[in-house]
Amino acid sequence: MTPAPPTNKTADHGLMLMHSEDLLNWSRASSLWPLTFGLACCAIEMMQSMASSYDLERFGIFPRPSPRQADIMIISGTVTYKMADRIKRLYEQMAEPRYVISMGSCSNCGGPYWQHGYHVVKGVDKIIAVDVYVPGCPPRPEALIDGFLKLQEKIRAEKPLTGDGQPTLINPADNPFDQ
Amino acid sequence: MTFSDITALLQDQFSFAVNTTNTQPYLLVQPADLVPICQFLRDDERLFFDQLACLTAIDNGPESDTMDVFYNFTSIPYEHDLMLRVMIPRQTTSGDLPVLPTLSHLWRTADWHEREAFDLVGIRFENHPDMRRILLPTDWEGHPLRTDYVEPTYYHGILNK
Repeated sequence: MTPAPPTNKTADHGLMLMHSEDLLNWSRASSLWPLTFGLACCAIEMMQSMASSYDLERFGIFPRPSPRQADIMIISGTVTYKMADRIKRLYEQMAEPRYVISMGSCSNCGGPYWQHGYHVVKGVDKIIAVDVYVPGCPPRPEALIDGFLKLQEKIRAEKPLTGDGQPTLINPADNPFDQ
Repeated sequence: MTFSDITALLQDQFSFAVNTTNTQPYLLVQPADLVPICQFLRDDERLFFDQLACLTAIDNGPESDTMDVFYNFTSIPYEHDLMLRVMIPRQTTSGDLPVLPTLSHLWRTADWHEREAFDLVGIRFENHPDMRRILLPTDWEGHPLRTDYVEPTYYHGILNK
């Protein structure tokens, strides 16, 4: 015996009450579109995170080819001084609100290049503001996913309309370019 | 062809020192003889070194005041290989970079290898078609794989530590 087809769509004439900030936060946290680029071996893990086994798209995360369409920048690997200028420019081209995940030891603090890496920026937070640091060398896809979940928690706690908390703005006192 | 066969073939025409105590034997060549020997290595039908497999530049430091460049050649059809070593003074009287003749007209591989040696160790290759940095930014100062290289404190306003 086959069930009768539904006669009404259940959500018709539905009403939902919520704060507009919660709506904004929900939409921001649910569609974190990263800028497509990778820097080193961490990028391999990032690509794997986006592929079918780990499938970042189930969190609403899928890469965009233009900084104009991107919400988040994953610094996936070693930031060389040569690349630093490019990264900073790409970051500046992204529309706000914009977020940064620093992925792996190199991007967090210079990693294995801390002492003798004449060509490596000792942490990408010297050039752009970082929201979440993911440890590892390189971090497994699970760790990167955890970084995204942490970022979503952070976004849900933001007050985009009432003005509290602007975590992506760099503190002028910490900005080496202004000194 | 073995190393001694190759050495015997070269001995009639060129002067060089032979080192067989090293794990991989090599020929120590004077900078002025480098291009003629390499031309012969490439063009002679018995040798047929059609590939420059590697070029390595080494800074021996201010105490010894020398630099080494090692060339590794391979003949793909004959499956034999040869290593050449060239030693040059580290400091020139004019204060310019030490100079070696380029091999880029013999093997295209040498083009980028020599640019890398110039970029990181600071050896200028004469008659190279495009002698500029290959890895580091164009405004970089110094040659980082030199033993007396001092890391910059700032690069474009970014603190290095």
